[in-house]
Amino acid sequence: MFDLTRVLQTLTDALSLGSLYALIAIGYTMVYGVLRLINFAHGEIFMIAMYIVFYGISLFTLPWYVTFTVTILVTALLGTLAERLAYRPLRSAPRISILVSAIGVSYFLQNLATVIFGGRPLNFPQIPLFTDVLTFGDVYIQRLSLIVPIVTAVLLLMLVFLIKRTRTGMAMRAVARDYDASSLMGIDLNRTIAITFFIGSALAGVGAIMWGMKYTRISPTIGSMPGIKCFIAAVLGGIGNTAGAVLGGLMIGFIEIVIVALFPALSGYRDAFAFIVLIVVLLVKPTGLLGEKTTEKV
Amino acid sequence: MNKRVLEVNHATMRFGGLVAVNDLCMHIDHQEIVALIGPNGAGKTTAFNMITGVYTPTSGSVTLNSRSITGLRPDRIAHAGIARTFQNIRLFKSLTVLDNVLIAQHLRLTSSWPAAVLRMPRYRRENEQMYRRAEELLTYMGLWDVRGEIANSLPYGMQRKLEIARALATQPVLLLLDEPAAGMNPAESAELTELIRGIRDRFHLTVLLIEHHMDVVMDISDRIYVLNYGSLIAEGTPAEIQQNEDVIHAYLGGDDDEA
Amino acid sequence: MTKVKKSSMLLSCLLLAALVSLLAYIDGSASSYIVRITRLCAINIVLALSMNLVQGFTGIFSLGHAGFMAIGAYTVALLTIPVAKKETLFMLEPLIAPFNTLTLPFGAALLIGGLLAAALAFLIGLPCLRLRGDYLAIATLGFSEIIRIVITNAQSLTNGAQGLKSIPKTANIWWCYGIALAVLIFISLLISSSFGRALKAIREDEIAAESMGISLLGHKMLSFMLSAFLAGVGGGLYASYIGTIGPDVFQISRTYDILMIVVMGGMGSISGSVVAAFLVTIGQEWLRVLDGPLPFLPFWPENGVSGMRMVVFSILLLIVILFFRNGLFGHREITWSAIGRRLSALAGHHKDGEVKAHE
Repeated sequence: MFDLTRVLQTLTDALSLGSLYALIAIGYTMVYGVLRLINFAHGEIFMIAMYIVFYGISLFTLPWYVTFTVTILVTALLGTLAERLAYRPLRSAPRISILVSAIGVSYFLQNLATVIFGGRPLNFPQIPLFTDVLTFGDVYIQRLSLIVPIVTAVLLLMLVFLIKRTRTGMAMRAVARDYDASSLMGIDLNRTIAITFFIGSALAGVGAIMWGMKYTRISPTIGSMPGIKCFIAAVLGGIGNTAGAVLGGLMIGFIEIVIVALFPALSGYRDAFAFIVLIVVLLVKPTGLLGEKTTEKV
Repeated sequence: MNKRVLEVNHATMRFGGLVAVNDLCMHIDHQEIVALIGPNGAGKTTAFNMITGVYTPTSGSVTLNSRSITGLRPDRIAHAGIARTFQNIRLFKSLTVLDNVLIAQHLRLTSSWPAAVLRMPRYRRENEQMYRRAEELLTYMGLWDVRGEIANSLPYGMQRKLEIARALATQPVLLLLDEPAAGMNPAESAELTELIRGIRDRFHLTVLLIEHHMDVVMDISDRIYVLNYGSLIAEGTPAEIQQNEDVIHAYLGGDDDEA
Repeated sequence: MTKVKKSSMLLSCLLLAALVSLLAYIDGSASSYIVRITRLCAINIVLALSMNLVQGFTGIFSLGHAGFMAIGAYTVALLTIPVAKKETLFMLEPLIAPFNTLTLPFGAALLIGGLLAAALAFLIGLPCLRLRGDYLAIATLGFSEIIRIVITNAQSLTNGAQGLKSIPKTANIWWCYGIALAVLIFISLLISSSFGRALKAIREDEIAAESMGISLLGHKMLSFMLSAFLAGVGGGLYASYIGTIGPDVFQISRTYDILMIVVMGGMGSISGSVVAAFLVTIGQEWLRVLDGPLPFLPFWPENGVSGMRMVVFSILLLIVILFFRNGLFGHREITWSAIGRRLSALAGHHKDGEVKAHE
């Protein structure tokens, strides 16, 4: 049973999947932090990013670095645009309205993608620099599996620096702590929220690029399952907490890969694990692993 | 006449390291009007929340008519006979005035939901009874003419009154009022004082209130409890409290800050 | 007051008679396409009302509807597909007992489907209904997905990804509208009862409702289970309507489809859900033109763009969400007295104060 190569293989798989989840989860947690909104459209933004890469490389045969840059920028702008058009007008409305609006945006983007990109799954372009397989003895590792955790770690460090050390980051923290007070203190809410969406969506773009290379098939509905799982990861770690989102993402990645490795019979149920973990966590510690307790004032 | 209605025994409420209420002991007798006063943050509302089940005391107990209600859920405590109003009015905002008062009688309904859907005879009787009681209460509070208005559209003073009417509709034995005179001018608070007395007499109620308007407190209360930093610092009749050194100190601020 | 009641009763009976004759006409003389759409309207009414009960009236943002529909749909399919058909259907693994030899009448199957969905709602509700707003949304959505995943994997019960075919198309216009009407009456009576008022109180302010003696978990559970029951029945009707089901039919987007009807009609308005069910169902059919060729547009592909109608439809929805926040009806309802008031207002009479006060 205990087989070192298999263990190593499983652990690298888990680490790279977990890092991907973490990248996307950060976007959820940041948006939830400032707006208290589950951005249901985040998964669709992630999906559209994959199509941009597909068109850039497979159709327009642009070099990968150009394509990636364009993808990340367009994705970030798209997320910001969604906020501007569909969430900002509802900011003073009951929270349920904005949640419904987020679902509406996700619905729209999925339908739009079906029309523009077609409903049939496409093959994501392979970029040898990332997708080549390296051999270490009996262990086969795609280069990507090593790149993903490193990219995630670097981006996380940059984000932490931004949040802790810059004025923008300070504004984001202030808005997350007390929305009304921060606007009274002269913080530009619109700008801060727009930046939050920009960064969160850009991270989803990075995640999408790596996800596409790893899983190779893309379709208009591909965003919804990773989207929900990553929101769960954010809740698991404590919503609003960046480090928590990373922890939650890694945990879900490990749980999925390790359980399937140990009990291959359960592989059909893989997508259910995250939900079960979520429900257990919500029952035991509703604020998530690193979340702060909030109670409604009576 | 000297029946104990409420008894709070050594109740303590801790939030993490913070002791919001420390070893609170108090009691209220039948048809008494008792005030709970103290500076902001003294733990008055926390004490209310312990009595009404919003919080479970960390230690100590609460009894109503010698029956323990410690740790019960708020809805069970309402059944047991405690009704309350809220410091920052919590009406059912987008429902009508009448609905607000009808909803508060739902807890006394004995029909099951299928019986209600099928409009069985007993449910019809109970429902009519609810409407009659609502009419009686709203008329008494001077709100019958606005019964069809949306609660949120009422002027502030009427909203406060509606909250009291709604609390009364649950048929409580003990009524808890959290700052009923907040935001009222002297004429309005004088009217409120009369209203509370009237309610007490008419419905044979016992009243516990939190209030900052000292004229109201001194006028209406049979007895007063004073909280400061979560602990009881004094207890007595209005006259006694007015003389109490500790109370004056707490209110005027020994630590030389605001008056 | 009784006079008003009597005349509304009379008007309702007249309306019902008109509706029945209209349906009989459609059933007898309209094209099978029109009949299908008419049936789908009724099914969507059932589903929208069931969702409105939890979301609009109780204020629980549950997104588990597709899951409850799936339970009803699979129950009806397994209990009504003829035994001989089942044998050919389950190729990979045989169907387990008792379903392999059992068939029941459609009505009984619908009822069982609803009850199973309600029973499942009880189990899901126990942990989930304690959660706050968004957490509850994501947890119920999660359960809905788990149901779908289990259906995909339970080969010997559900035939897995292959799905179930040859479901008898018993759900004709009379079944669909009979059930829709029953559900409409049921929800109206429930909402106007003391229990309905308690549910609305929970929607308005949970803390105040609990302090007024309303058991939050008890009433939320009631609403959640009833809603799941109705969603199960709606799902069963839907299965019989389309004849073929598989796990893909009950994706999250099914829940969103119903949510959009509820939002468009107005959360907390029964009339709104009914009207919006018609508007959305028929509107989606009208929008089909958009999928075809649009010769008046320059550069438009000659054979049209398939899926265009869904894009336009989702834009329309977003417009409703953004600019008509409360949907078509908000919390309002169409009642005879409201119509009468409108009419007399149009005629220049003003007797507002008299009618306003009475619910």
